[in-house]
Amino acid sequence: MVRTAPGRPGNVDSPAGPPSGVRLSLSRRGVTFARRHRLAPYLLLLPSAAVIAALVLWPTVQIAEFSFQNYGLQQEIGAAPAQWVGFSNYSQILHDPEFWLSLRLSVLSAAVMVPLTLVVGTLVGLLLSRLGRKMAAFVSSVSVLAWATPAVSASVIFVWLATPDGGVVDWFLTKVPSWLGGGAHWAGFSWTNAALPAYTLATALVVWTSFPFIAIAVLAGLRTIPAELFESARMDGAGPWQTFRQVTYPLLRPIFQVLFLLSVIWDFGVFTQVFIIIGELGQRDEYNLGIYEYATAFQLPPAYGLASALAFILTIILLIITVGYVRASVREGALS
Amino acid sequence: LTTLATAPSKAPAAAGRRRGRRLTRRARRAGLNLLGLLVALVTLFPIFWMVSTAFKPATEWYSLTPHPLPAHPTLGNFRAVIDGSVIGLPYWNFLKNSLFVTVTAVVASSLIALLAAVAVARFRFRFRTTYLIMLLIVQMLPQQALVIALFLDFRSLNLLDSLVGLILVYTAFALPVTIWMLRNFVAAVPRELEEAAAIDGAGPMRVFWRILLPLVAPGLVATSVFAFVFAYNEFIFALTFLGTDTAKFTLPIYVQYFYGRNGADWGAIMAASTLFTIPVMAFFLLVQRRLRAGLVAGAVKG
Repeated sequence: MVRTAPGRPGNVDSPAGPPSGVRLSLSRRGVTFARRHRLAPYLLLLPSAAVIAALVLWPTVQIAEFSFQNYGLQQEIGAAPAQWVGFSNYSQILHDPEFWLSLRLSVLSAAVMVPLTLVVGTLVGLLLSRLGRKMAAFVSSVSVLAWATPAVSASVIFVWLATPDGGVVDWFLTKVPSWLGGGAHWAGFSWTNAALPAYTLATALVVWTSFPFIAIAVLAGLRTIPAELFESARMDGAGPWQTFRQVTYPLLRPIFQVLFLLSVIWDFGVFTQVFIIIGELGQRDEYNLGIYEYATAFQLPPAYGLASALAFILTIILLIITVGYVRASVREGALS
Repeated sequence: LTTLATAPSKAPAAAGRRRGRRLTRRARRAGLNLLGLLVALVTLFPIFWMVSTAFKPATEWYSLTPHPLPAHPTLGNFRAVIDGSVIGLPYWNFLKNSLFVTVTAVVASSLIALLAAVAVARFRFRFRTTYLIMLLIVQMLPQQALVIALFLDFRSLNLLDSLVGLILVYTAFALPVTIWMLRNFVAAVPRELEEAAAIDGAGPMRVFWRILLPLVAPGLVATSVFAFVFAYNEFIFALTFLGTDTAKFTLPIYVQYFYGRNGADWGAIMAASTLFTIPVMAFFLLVQRRLRAGLVAGAVKG
């Protein structure tokens, strides 16, 4: 993971080897001690491994299993047993225009949210590194507040800001001069009735919540770069953009890589914010992949088998990105 | 400035240049501060607007020209929320549910994670790397996918509409991040201390309670913040598991339900949202310095 903060306690790990307490005692007590110690890590891991296996890994396996079954209302009330149907759920999905629409919305929204979040976050991080101590503390505290706002609250707030009656966004846009795109036609504009405005609002919301994380990670990375490097870049007459391209970006590249992959994973799977903005499960043409899958499972009549196939597709897409993320983390030495 | 003004008599050109440079530096400083202020204001605005709306009477929030501050601040919206105008239960009921679920899950996951963190930080063993990579991957599995299987499992186990079911799920999903962050704090405790205690005849349990735990305690606080925020804010599982029994709702579901039912009473909705948000924000501001380091170290989902 992103382990960049200077002076972090864990960055220096002791070298491998058995605890030296074992080496020191040669008595028989020491031998049982050692034997106990060889088992110790596994015993210590047992509780966490059991909980994760039961409540995270097993459900994942179940999703894969259900995706090949006709698990629906009949099976739920026990009228008929679940039957294996092979790939029929998957072929139904591939011929389902709603699936492709929801996938497109997920991909497109992530394609806008991720770069925007990264650019805004990086710019704020660079700004924080140049501010005086007090001002930087103030701005980063405020940013942490945005990051800490629960997704449900943030979504409800943004819906209120953009509501057609009495919302401050529409009011503001009517005041903006027309050459900037404002004007009276914005009065009463609904941001939630169609996919494009709804996802514009969701994008603003996602950028607002997640830029602080990027900014603080970039700031922590910037602090690891020796000031002389920037000094000499400036001596050589490099402008701000050139300094960023030639000095900052190459040095912080591993961090940017991890932040990029994390953002893709989070923004592709964004659920709560979109769920609330589009008004629960009302407007089918505004579903993204996660919400389409959820609606398939929990709207009547429930189609758990079909939904599991969708869930499995979503999981596989995210796992592919996760592989990249894990590799980037390992390369950065996160597993030491 | 006076010294600057008297100095030029000796070397006017150099001093003038120096003054110019100082002025541009000052101008740049002011510009940066202004930019910082702008970022802070834009970031703060939604939160400010929530709190401000919560104090406005209906005539004010439902007005064609919005005003930043309420002209006649009222506690009516908060009263409606606290008295329970929508579900018929007071706000405290839902706060109690949320706190019960969150605190139990945080304590459980911290204890379980501490054991795993000791294993990962203190021992080299065969599946160590596998385990760490498993944690990284598990953290990225989409909750809206797993919720289908967990819903069906929990129904057959009679754990739907029950806070116990939520506690189990929150404990499990908080574990990867907590272990990942805690292992750094455990690794930072000097091994020599434990060895010295062991030589002095202290058993492993004693070493754990007397040496390791007190030294890791600050780390436990920092990591538990993330577990706390995750459990307190969690939406998908609560929405799915607590379907029919409104009395069991946790705060996120309560706020969402309040918003869904109250249609356009934005004053009350913002009051409910404020009462839900302010505790977690206060918490964050209190611990934020330690948090920012942890935030980066843990790369935690926001």
